[in-house]
Amino acid sequence: MSGLAPRTTDLASRPDRKAPAVEVRDLRKTFRRRDRNAGRFARKRPWPALADVTFTIARGECVAILGQNGSGKSTLVRLLSTLLLDDGGEARIFGHDAFKETSTIRRLVNRVSVEASFFKKMSAAENLSYAARFYGMTPRQTRAAVPQILAQVGFPPERRGEAMENLSRGMQQKVALARALLTSPVLLLLDEPTTGLDPRSKLEVQDFIRQVRAEHDATILLCTHDMNEAETLADRVGLLDRGRLLFLEPVEDVKRRFGVETLEQAFFAATGREFENEATEEDDEYREVFA
Amino acid sequence: MSSGVRSTEPPYRGRAGFAGAAATSAAVEMRNQLVGLFGIVERNVYLTKRYFLWDLAFMVWTIANTLTIVFIARAEHLSPARENTLAMKLLVGATIWAFLGIIFEFMTETVAWERWEGTIEYTFMAPLSRLVHLFGQGAFAVLYGLIRAAILFFAVAAFIGIHAPRANYGAALALLAIASLSFIGVGIMTSVLPLVSPEKGAQLGFVAQGVMLVVSGVYYSVNVMPEWMQWIAKVSPATYALRGNRDSIIHGAGLAWGDVWPLLIIAVVATPLGLAIFRVGERYAKRHGKLKRSG
Repeated sequence: MSGLAPRTTDLASRPDRKAPAVEVRDLRKTFRRRDRNAGRFARKRPWPALADVTFTIARGECVAILGQNGSGKSTLVRLLSTLLLDDGGEARIFGHDAFKETSTIRRLVNRVSVEASFFKKMSAAENLSYAARFYGMTPRQTRAAVPQILAQVGFPPERRGEAMENLSRGMQQKVALARALLTSPVLLLLDEPTTGLDPRSKLEVQDFIRQVRAEHDATILLCTHDMNEAETLADRVGLLDRGRLLFLEPVEDVKRRFGVETLEQAFFAATGREFENEATEEDDEYREVFA
Repeated sequence: MSSGVRSTEPPYRGRAGFAGAAATSAAVEMRNQLVGLFGIVERNVYLTKRYFLWDLAFMVWTIANTLTIVFIARAEHLSPARENTLAMKLLVGATIWAFLGIIFEFMTETVAWERWEGTIEYTFMAPLSRLVHLFGQGAFAVLYGLIRAAILFFAVAAFIGIHAPRANYGAALALLAIASLSFIGVGIMTSVLPLVSPEKGAQLGFVAQGVMLVVSGVYYSVNVMPEWMQWIAKVSPATYALRGNRDSIIHGAGLAWGDVWPLLIIAVVATPLGLAIFRVGERYAKRHGKLKRSG
């Protein structure tokens, strides 16, 4: 333990050691939106983003949820990180209700999303310090911890003071990983963390995720549409399709179940559609709402 | 080399009993919230440094705009003493307008800035209480607003040659500090607008600011307004801030209880009310998926 965020003595924020890391049961989320072709004054209709999703993640496990754009991956991550309210079902993180015990959940969870999301004029060090304050880290603590965590993700020390807007996408994503890890989460939610990265940056980020797993019993939920990434990083792989979780099991079990050799083939076998070549107007609308 | 993710071992290792542990827990939570409040102020300091030239340009614009108002006193061809008094009255109004504008801008754009920068989701999923989050934003706005208002006041006074030999700046500053609590409370109410309406929310906040100043007698006495507007003026904190500051700067009056108690009552009512409104807005945003970045 590198002693980054201070250990809290808050009894309520302790993860329940007996409970699974994540326990999701019949989770539902529906948005309402107007049909694009029905005119400005048409009534909004419900669009289910998640439909009765149920799964469990054990402590220390890395689970990948695969899905196309608009499949509900980001909605799931945002529900678990207290940014959305559910429309039914239940989600518990280390035994705590994700929708009722939000202040506790927020101390246990952090995330990395597809967009790096920083104050663009501020430097990497300033952005990390700012994020760390919310988790109780004082300037004295961040003076030591920020260079340490940036070094761990392979960020060049001479660029720590440079404005984020001048950094490449890969660099920004490394800082995003550093931000998530700086706060010492016990559950890390990774929402397409390597999308849009060049191959080298992608491999570096994936190596770091492996390192996090190897050195700690951190629990990771990785949402991605990169099947190779899911296969190489995760213990189990799930497929989320139009808000429904079709399966969640080890990759070999998936292949065996569908009698196929790749996850792409498994997707086709499970849905009857190609994984990448789906771009109907309806999907575009899904993307607009749920991406 | 080790990564930052902590072990899931229970972090609590104290020997105190349950009551002691609970007290420690509350103390730790309070400490964390104070560090978070400092973080909000610190972030705004960073941003102000990075956008210094914007601030400088805006300051010059504000001074020029205030001069166009204060020169009205010269155009009236009054006796020197009356001209000085009118100029001071207009200058106090313009300064309070600028100060209030800064507080409202910071509060109303709390959500809009984060949405624009893309950090909104990270801030709203952090373990920082919303009161501390918004109060931190308000605290910086007051400090920053006071500095800018002071520069504006003295720059215009020096340019026009206004004299304020009897001014009680201490009382004026104290009243402004008290009024700031009310302004922050009202600002918290308006800060919810961009949360529920990403496209139009910030503009509605500026509408609220404008309405508040119109009814508060920014360049005139509230007595000249229609009676129904005078009733609204009674619940506007700007009314008491403007009246008290004019009395202190023009006539050298001390802190008047008649201005202080309405401001305290408005602060006591507006802050929890604003927070409650913000909570409702935040729930709405979470329900409808609006708590996310732009673009």
